[in-house]
Amino acid sequence: MSADIRTPNPFFPHRHLLGIEGLSAAEIERLLDLSNRYADMTKDDATARALLRGRTVMNVFFENSTRTQTSFELAAKRLGADVTNMSVGTSSIKKGETLLDTAMTLNAMRPDVMIVRHPDSGAINLLSQKVDGAVINAGDGRHEHPTQALLDALTIRRRLGKLQGLLVAICGDILHSRVARSNIHLLTKMGARVRVIAPTTLLPSNIDRMGVEVFTDMRKGLKDVDIVMMLRLQLERMQGAYVPSVREYFHFFGLDYEKLSVAKPNALIMHPGPMNRGVEIDSEVADDINRSVIREQVEMGVAVRMACLDALTRGIVGQNR
Amino acid sequence: MSPSLDKNERKKSGRPLLLVNARIVDPATKRDERGGILVENGLIADVGAQVTRQNAPAEAEIVDCGGHVLIPGLVDMRVQLREPGEEHQETIATGSFAAAAGGVTSMVCLPNTHPIIDDVSGVEYIARRARETKRAKIYCYGALTRGLNGRDLVEMGMLSEFGALGFTDALNAVADAQVMRRALYYARTFDLLIVQHPEEPTLAAGGAMNNGELATRIGLPGIPPCAEVMMIERDLHLVRMSGARYHVAHVSTAAAVEAIRLAKQEGLRVTCDTAPPYFSLNENEIGDYRTFAKLSPPLRGESDRRAIAAAVAEGIIDCIASDHAPHDVESKRVPFVQAAAGIVGLETLLPVSLELYHKGSLTLLDLLKCLTSRPAEILGLPQGRLAKGAPADMVLIDLDKPRRIDVASFKSKSKNSPYDGRPVQGAVLQTFVDGRLVFAAGGEG
Repeated sequence: MSADIRTPNPFFPHRHLLGIEGLSAAEIERLLDLSNRYADMTKDDATARALLRGRTVMNVFFENSTRTQTSFELAAKRLGADVTNMSVGTSSIKKGETLLDTAMTLNAMRPDVMIVRHPDSGAINLLSQKVDGAVINAGDGRHEHPTQALLDALTIRRRLGKLQGLLVAICGDILHSRVARSNIHLLTKMGARVRVIAPTTLLPSNIDRMGVEVFTDMRKGLKDVDIVMMLRLQLERMQGAYVPSVREYFHFFGLDYEKLSVAKPNALIMHPGPMNRGVEIDSEVADDINRSVIREQVEMGVAVRMACLDALTRGIVGQNR
Repeated sequence: MSPSLDKNERKKSGRPLLLVNARIVDPATKRDERGGILVENGLIADVGAQVTRQNAPAEAEIVDCGGHVLIPGLVDMRVQLREPGEEHQETIATGSFAAAAGGVTSMVCLPNTHPIIDDVSGVEYIARRARETKRAKIYCYGALTRGLNGRDLVEMGMLSEFGALGFTDALNAVADAQVMRRALYYARTFDLLIVQHPEEPTLAAGGAMNNGELATRIGLPGIPPCAEVMMIERDLHLVRMSGARYHVAHVSTAAAVEAIRLAKQEGLRVTCDTAPPYFSLNENEIGDYRTFAKLSPPLRGESDRRAIAAAVAEGIIDCIASDHAPHDVESKRVPFVQAAAGIVGLETLLPVSLELYHKGSLTLLDLLKCLTSRPAEILGLPQGRLAKGAPADMVLIDLDKPRRIDVASFKSKSKNSPYDGRPVQGAVLQTFVDGRLVFAAGGEG
């Protein structure tokens, strides 16, 4: 029962991956390089399969998710780890005590990595202070979703060869989006220019202070962009609370060929999924095989998560390493 | 650490008490001089330079103050003591001990207990527990509406007869303008004080911290600062109509200060207080989701913090209250959005307020006024002054003593304070209530 010993990990000198905000450009670059190698590997690469053998990875999701959880699960399995999945429905965690109690309980089973999603911003920072292993933030409230930003960056890099100097528009529900925040941090750190485009109700206060240009008109905001990132708008937010109706939202902020026409001719279209076709994105645009990289994003997700698991566990020296 | 005092100490109150060799600082009489105080039967019998060891009554117990500063006991107009109902967080006994240690000799608790203080028996309960716990004088506000329901007025006249010093829905703003209008009009009948938690609830709904860049960065839902002034300005119209006495609790924004300044210039019967966090901390204290920095109203930006400090110095803000809000560990060790708001304040009220004096923002007399005579005046209490005939509620302080705030030494049952480790100047040496020693640094308990 001896605890694992941690050693300095020059490759990735952080115990956890809680967000993009705390990472340097060089660290992001290294993670993307490593992700790129995993993206080119076969599913049953023997070296990869041996990497996390005997290690335990726990998926702990306090908020429902199928794609992210599956992506992490596959990533861990392709590295040979033992994986458990635990979905804690939001209804069963009315009290915050349960979060830390759950964390302590799971921690007692000595996972090497815990992958956690939680509906409250900062909940994963809190949890990470109470566990012995590494923690990966798989999305906390409206705060951060670092692996999504990394997989978006990897997708862009593989298509366009770089991030530096690109013009990226992030469109839609910026206010509630952790994907937007992580992407803003990552893209601005890597030298891209970022625009956000949304109705003012869906723009958080002082968002310009995060180093982005703010637009409320798609036709202006999309002008000459290299990348269009669409965000999902949740149904309950578009029936009068933040936006009067789906129809009106699509009319002004839904991505269609007409609005896209002002972007660069080969501008890529991205979406973190799941998509609301006909709400934030026109079906035809979403399925455009020349421009939409939405499926590629999902594919890169597994590679990025393998890289994150690899990078974080390099600091753990246990009996199996 | 027994909160009740031993019999010896109680007996002492029968003898005259003579405090000599003190620097007496009393805002009510604008006194700042070397001298002494003679206490007989719990009241101040004489005060001034003429009171010395030489002219002491024969049987008097003599305390040499060593040249330290003797001030009126602090009057804290806003605390939560959690009793009855949430004694795991604080009790009247532990809260009184914390008060004595913090130099607070009188305090007014909010009615948001379980059960809620909205009837005569609730007021009587607090009065009885206060009599049993002799370390501090404890008063209460009555709820303004029954069960804090925001709709039905309580029996304000009767509660007032039984000792309620004012009426408030505690942490809830009275949202309904018609209810507030009637509350103010009815209070005017008996000239009672209405205390408002100034926050437009529909605008603040769901918010966890001050709206702005930091909230955006760390992804927390924000409460716009204007939610405060909106509620105050609405109420001021009703105060103008009714002529009632209206007190705004824990003012935290520059805009609110301006609204209150104008109302005072106009002659409306408006007073207000703030709490130390609002002039000593700003929203950056939250940093990486520190729940000890979650308050209601939330910590604001730096420009608002400066405006509050300036308004205290200028006298627009009448009083400084601790806004003591004890919470157990479980209420704070949760994700920020879910965490309870508020901090324990009784033991940091004086040293953190003294920062304003040590920085030179205002004189010691003006600062102490906010902590003693002014709240006593608003509440209609005879204490809070070192004058002949006044209750001998006094605190001896070492005005300049440098130290760090140490949460572990707090007498309060809860330790939720953002000030742990903060370097401050000033420490309570001894606290007296009605001439009885209720706290002595180093030898308490």
